[in-house]
Amino acid sequence: MSEYSRFRPFLTLLSKETQRFFSVASQTLLAPVVSASLYLLIFGVSLGSRISVIPEFQYVQFVIPGLILMGVINNAFANVSSSLFMSRYLGNIVDLLVTPLTSTQYIAAYTLAAMLRGLLVGLVTWLVSLCFATIPWAHPFQSLAILVLGSFVFSQFGILAAIFSKNFDTLSMFTNFLILPLIYLGGLFYPVSQLPSPWRELSGFNPLYYLIEGFRTAALGVGSVPFAVVIGVVGGLGAVLFASAVFIFTKGYRLRG
Amino acid sequence: MSVSHATPALEILGASKRYDKQLAVDGVSFSIEPGEVFGLLGPNGAGKSTLINLISGLTRLSGGRVLVFGHDNQSDFETTRRLTGVMPQEIVIDNFFTLEQSLRMHAGYYGYADDPVWRRTLVERLALEPYLKRKPLQLSGGTKRRHMLAKALIHKPRLLILDEPTAGVDVELRHNIWSFVREMRAMGTTVLLTTHYLEEAQEMCDRIAILAKGKIVALDRTSNLLRSIDDRKLLVRVSAPLMETLPALREIGAQVLEGGHLLSIPLSSDGLLGDLLVKLAALPTKIEEVESKSADLEEVFLSLTGARHV
Repeated sequence: MSEYSRFRPFLTLLSKETQRFFSVASQTLLAPVVSASLYLLIFGVSLGSRISVIPEFQYVQFVIPGLILMGVINNAFANVSSSLFMSRYLGNIVDLLVTPLTSTQYIAAYTLAAMLRGLLVGLVTWLVSLCFATIPWAHPFQSLAILVLGSFVFSQFGILAAIFSKNFDTLSMFTNFLILPLIYLGGLFYPVSQLPSPWRELSGFNPLYYLIEGFRTAALGVGSVPFAVVIGVVGGLGAVLFASAVFIFTKGYRLRG
Repeated sequence: MSVSHATPALEILGASKRYDKQLAVDGVSFSIEPGEVFGLLGPNGAGKSTLINLISGLTRLSGGRVLVFGHDNQSDFETTRRLTGVMPQEIVIDNFFTLEQSLRMHAGYYGYADDPVWRRTLVERLALEPYLKRKPLQLSGGTKRRHMLAKALIHKPRLLILDEPTAGVDVELRHNIWSFVREMRAMGTTVLLTTHYLEEAQEMCDRIAILAKGKIVALDRTSNLLRSIDDRKLLVRVSAPLMETLPALREIGAQVLEGGHLLSIPLSSDGLLGDLLVKLAALPTKIEEVESKSADLEEVFLSLTGARHV
């Protein structure tokens, strides 16, 4: 055999996870872009001209950063949660559990593949949005950093959801009853600053608010959440979720008997 | 990687696994020498698969240690897992990839680059060629099992663990699998296997451990285990029925079966067959057929475990 490489197990799992979502690209890449395009059509062409939330921007420009971010985090979450849960459900995770893959390698491979899918969906959503409006990318590196951070956090969340879910119902509950409400209540379609009290204050407990509003601030140059706050809040959340995922994988909880 | 040849391929030191209040594996200890084929037998629920999962790392130890070529499978799992190939009992598939793709990937999971020559050898020896471009759901159970064996061997492990490798596999493929396992053993691979086909274990294994209720109840060379039951018999078929009350029959300890047409005569280890044949010749009937029968592994197994079914 060839020389043993400690990194090859990680690279192989990363390659497998990437090939997996590319092999079903119509579900994993195309479908989310179609959804985002419908939102853009409704808010850009149909309703957008009658709504104004920020003086210097059209409503569709206000919505585009949120739609890009929603595509990124939803797909990062979906990629890792469905792949890991299906492996557990079908039992083929055994193929990986008997190999020299370390906990960190598992998490890194699943995470990077999920982030790649999320960011690809975000990229294509942005390209589609160019048909409707352009956004100024006031702070491009900050915008990119927030997208990368968002995809990382939701990959970790996806790992935990896949480990804790007992069946498909439980898994879909994470999406339907947690992520979607937090996204919609986080200011995707409206500025949280315009909400009446106490909804405005309550939104401060929603981490998605910092992610969405922070990304919009970086993309449009107008907003109420500075970059440092996004890094502090969302980065902190990501660190906690990552540490939890490493702990669970290392202990083998729900993975090893 | 340096591995001393004096080091056992596998050492299990007081391994135990507790599920709630039940001990599935109860302080099991044994070792396997490099190049051995070692069989682990026992009735359903004896703890065979749990023990194999403890060795491969699929299940966490509640107590004890497992060493693979001297490396602890908890503290140095990266080494022990790349030295080990595991074919689990349950058929597991990933239907996203063809057989060929998954074989390539498996070498990578173990930290090695794909070796096309070795992969080709596995494919040919396990008759997987016609299925390489197919996905597992399109395959029969037997082909899936051979694919699992190929995956277990793709990184040339020094310790091969086979948990019921021939379950649900037809006779021809079973021979195919065992013949390949023999080749692997000839190449120096150590094999630990479980099987419900006792005749296969009898034929394949240098040593056998019998597990019952999580504990080892017998562990010896296969030939010694078979000898441990002094149960050789001489079966004599006669033309005219004999009565149990005949003094000549009582003298030789014969059991009369099939309405007096068959005699089952125990042969003690120091028994003299010539004397017995003289006595048989004196019986008032014609002898049609004589057959000697030794104890087989199934009888050893049943006597040690008290199990009805294996």
